[in-house]
Amino acid sequence: MKGLLGVKIGMTQIFDEQGVIMPVTLIKAGPCYVTQVKTVQSDGYDAIQVGFEEIKEARLSKGQKGHLGLLKPDKKHPSRKKGKNIPAVRYLREFRTKNVGEYAVGQRLTVEQFEIGDHVDVVGTTKGRGFAGVVKRYGFGGGIKTHGQSDRHRAPGSIGATSGTAHVFKGKKMPGRMGNERFTSQNLEVVQIDLEQDLIAVRGSVPGTKGGFVIIRDTAKG
Amino acid sequence: MSDLLLKAFDKEGNESLPQLRVGDNVTVHLRINVGQRNERVQLVRGVIIRLRGNGNNRNFTVRRIASNGIGVERTFLLRSPRIEKIEVHRHAHVRRAQLYYLRERTGKSARLREKRIY
Repeated sequence: MKGLLGVKIGMTQIFDEQGVIMPVTLIKAGPCYVTQVKTVQSDGYDAIQVGFEEIKEARLSKGQKGHLGLLKPDKKHPSRKKGKNIPAVRYLREFRTKNVGEYAVGQRLTVEQFEIGDHVDVVGTTKGRGFAGVVKRYGFGGGIKTHGQSDRHRAPGSIGATSGTAHVFKGKKMPGRMGNERFTSQNLEVVQIDLEQDLIAVRGSVPGTKGGFVIIRDTAKG
Repeated sequence: MSDLLLKAFDKEGNESLPQLRVGDNVTVHLRINVGQRNERVQLVRGVIIRLRGNGNNRNFTVRRIASNGIGVERTFLLRSPRIEKIEVHRHAHVRRAQLYYLRERTGKSARLREKRIY
């Protein structure tokens, strides 16, 4: 399994050897820390839980601190284990993997695990578009622009028949909230890796704003 | 901070290229592919009518007058490895950043006043 949590930095362009320019998205990915290893025996499925983005310890609730092993054992809680070598992290996410045995709690994961030429999926939250009309939201053609039309340029048109159905079908594409939802950009090629700055550049675009949280993982497209 | 990272990521430009200004008369030496393997250098001479973008996307447009007085404009990416060399023949005194007005002019009226830079 290859997987990391990261933050979208933004897009730029790079040249390949032939001098052809291609669009890339930069992601600051990792370092991530394995915070929990889940197995079939313990949890009913195999997965590793990973934490990302170091923050002040004071930003975490006591429950979160306890989970990360940041609380000291005291008289009341002698069984607490102090120190899993995990810093305070903002995000916790799970990656399903069969090879749970390869991971240990506290292990550091970096962009090193990726290679140039790998294909990955990047999951993020798309930019919110607010209450959007059908032209933007579903790509409807809108109405005609001329011949005396007024207020019909971006209208949805008819939303159904009258007497036959007598109602509007469920799921009819209509204006509404758009964006701000989870989206996966699939099969993006890894074109550059910067180990020192934990940067990874993938070809193409990635959902979300600059500074938005993203998950990088093996592509489902195989 | 993220924008700093983004800027730092763009590679350094070709140091040997001269500083370009709008209105410069230049020759661009461009490597182009001929057939499968062969490469040759193509020369494009004309006036820079605009400079835009930054980082890896920095680009400029050269306007030249081809045969029969047809104007031809071509845009190049400044950081492209395909640009071998740029010669600057003369600078011009210009009062705007984009010289689109040259498109409507021909002959004498399309000249630019020379500006000497020492």
